[in-house]
Amino acid sequence: MDLSGADKIVIAGAGQAAAQAVQSLRQGGYKGALTIVGEETALPYQRPPLSKAYMKGEMDEERLYFKPAAWYQDNNIDVILGAHATRIDRAARQLHIEHGGVLDYDALILATGSRPRKLPCQGADLAGVHDLRTLSDVERIRPQMVSGRRMVIIGAGYIGLEAAAVACTMGLDVTVLEMAPRVLARVTSPVMSDFYAHEHTAKGVKILTNTALSHLDGADGAVSAAVLADGTRLPADIVLVGIGILPNEELAKDAGIACANGILTDRDGRTSDPRVFAAGDCASRPLVHYGRTGRLESVHNAIEQGKLVAAAILGLPRPAEDCPWFWSDQYDLKLQIAGLSTDYDTIVLRGDPKARKFAAFYLRQGTLIAVDAVNSAPEFLASKKLIMAGAKIAPEILSDTTIPMKDIAATAAA
Amino acid sequence: MAKITYISHDGTERTVEAKNGESVMEAAIKNSIPGIDADCGGACACATCHVYVDEAFLEKTGVQEEMEKSMLDFAENVKPNSRLSCQIKVTDSLDGLRVSTPESQH
Repeated sequence: MDLSGADKIVIAGAGQAAAQAVQSLRQGGYKGALTIVGEETALPYQRPPLSKAYMKGEMDEERLYFKPAAWYQDNNIDVILGAHATRIDRAARQLHIEHGGVLDYDALILATGSRPRKLPCQGADLAGVHDLRTLSDVERIRPQMVSGRRMVIIGAGYIGLEAAAVACTMGLDVTVLEMAPRVLARVTSPVMSDFYAHEHTAKGVKILTNTALSHLDGADGAVSAAVLADGTRLPADIVLVGIGILPNEELAKDAGIACANGILTDRDGRTSDPRVFAAGDCASRPLVHYGRTGRLESVHNAIEQGKLVAAAILGLPRPAEDCPWFWSDQYDLKLQIAGLSTDYDTIVLRGDPKARKFAAFYLRQGTLIAVDAVNSAPEFLASKKLIMAGAKIAPEILSDTTIPMKDIAATAAA
Repeated sequence: MAKITYISHDGTERTVEAKNGESVMEAAIKNSIPGIDADCGGACACATCHVYVDEAFLEKTGVQEEMEKSMLDFAENVKPNSRLSCQIKVTDSLDGLRVSTPESQH
C-alpha cells in the first residue's frame, strides 16, 4: 500500500524505536502530523544505562534522554505521556487512549515495547522487590543501593548480571539465583557462562545455579528474605527481578493483527494490516541473515526497525539490514555480541579467557553465525562484516591470534 | 561550555553550544547534527560516531584508549585525525572545536 500521501502518523510507545521512527520520519521529509503516545511519564530515553552507568550514579538523568523537550516542539511532534493506548479501531483508523482520547491515523506504528515477566510467587508485590526496566524502577532502586545491604537478584540473564556488577561495586552483598544449570543459559554458550560466573564469584557475588525460588518473605510490608525451594532462607533488603520480558502485543492482537510471540511484521516492519507497523521489542520480524523470523530485544533492533518503518511509510528505499548486535558492560568487561548463536554446531575460542580478553566464535556448517567478544573490539567488528557476508572460515584461522582480525576479514571477503 | 562546529560531508557547517562533561557525540545528537549515528548511545560499542578532528585541536581532545583505537581500526575512511566523538569529553579548552563527519558511519 502506498502511504506516501499520509499526513497523520501516530506512534504507540515512546521508547528507542519510537524515538528513531520520529527522527527518521522528519529527516525523511515527512511534514504531516506526528504524535507519540507513551505510557511512561518520561520523554524517550535510553534504557541500557539503567542497569549500568546510570544505576551506579555515574550518569545524569538528562543524559539518558535522546532529545531535549524543545526538540519535539521544534520538530512539531506531539508527545502525549502517561497515557495508555487501549484500542485500535482499524476500520475508522483511530487509536483510542484511556480517558477518552482518540487519535486519527493514516499510518500507525506500534512501538509498545515489552514488560518484565512477573515473579509468579508469594511476596512478589512486597516493598523492596523491583523490576529493572524503566527510569522510575531505577529511581526506586537507587536509594536502597547502600553499601552493606543484602541484595538478591532473581535471574542470571544480562540484566541481572549487569545489576549484580553495579551493586557489588557499590559494596552491597549480592546473591544471584538462577533456575538453569548456568548463568546466561538462554543467551550464550557454556564457555561464556563459566567465564562470567567466575568473574562475579571472584568479585564476591554469590551465584546459585540450579536454584528455584519458593517465595519471598516480608516484614511490615517490605521484603525480608528470599526462600528457596529447598527451604533455605536468604535474608534480603532488596530484591531485583530479571527473569525476561514479554512483548506488549495485546493492542495488536485485540485488533486482529497477526501475532506470534510478538507482532508479526515483514521486512519493512509492516504488520498484517498494511497501515499498521511494528518496531522494537514488540515486533517479530524476518531475520534476513538467518532465514527465519524472531523477536530481538536490543538497541540495534529498535533503531533499525524505526528506520525501516519510517522508510516504508515515506516510500523511500529500504535501509540496509545490519547483522544483529548487542553489548553488555559488567565491571571492566565490555562484551560485544554480533549475530545470533542459536543452532551453532562448533565453537572456536580466540585468546585466553584468563587474560579477560578473548572471543568465542560460533559456526554452523562452517559458516560464521555469531561471536561473543570480551574486551575484543576487532573480533566483534570483523565478525559483523563476516556474518553479513555469510563467510566460511576455518576454525584454525579464527583461533590463531597471530593473524590479525583485519587480515581474516580481508581474506574472507576476497 | 564550548562552541563546537560540525562540518558535514557536503560542507555544511553547524555550530552548537556544548556543556562541559557531555561528549562531542552527545552535543551532536541533542542538536540533531546529521552524519553522527551513535547507535549505542556512547558506550563505545558501535563505532557509529566517527569524526575527523581539526588538527589544531587534536592534542586538546586527549588520547585514544585501546578500545577506541581498535574500534576505529575497523571504521571506513579512517585518517590520522579520526576519533569516536563519544570518547571526547567537552571542556572549556575545546571552545571553537571543529570536527567533520564522514560520508557514512556504516
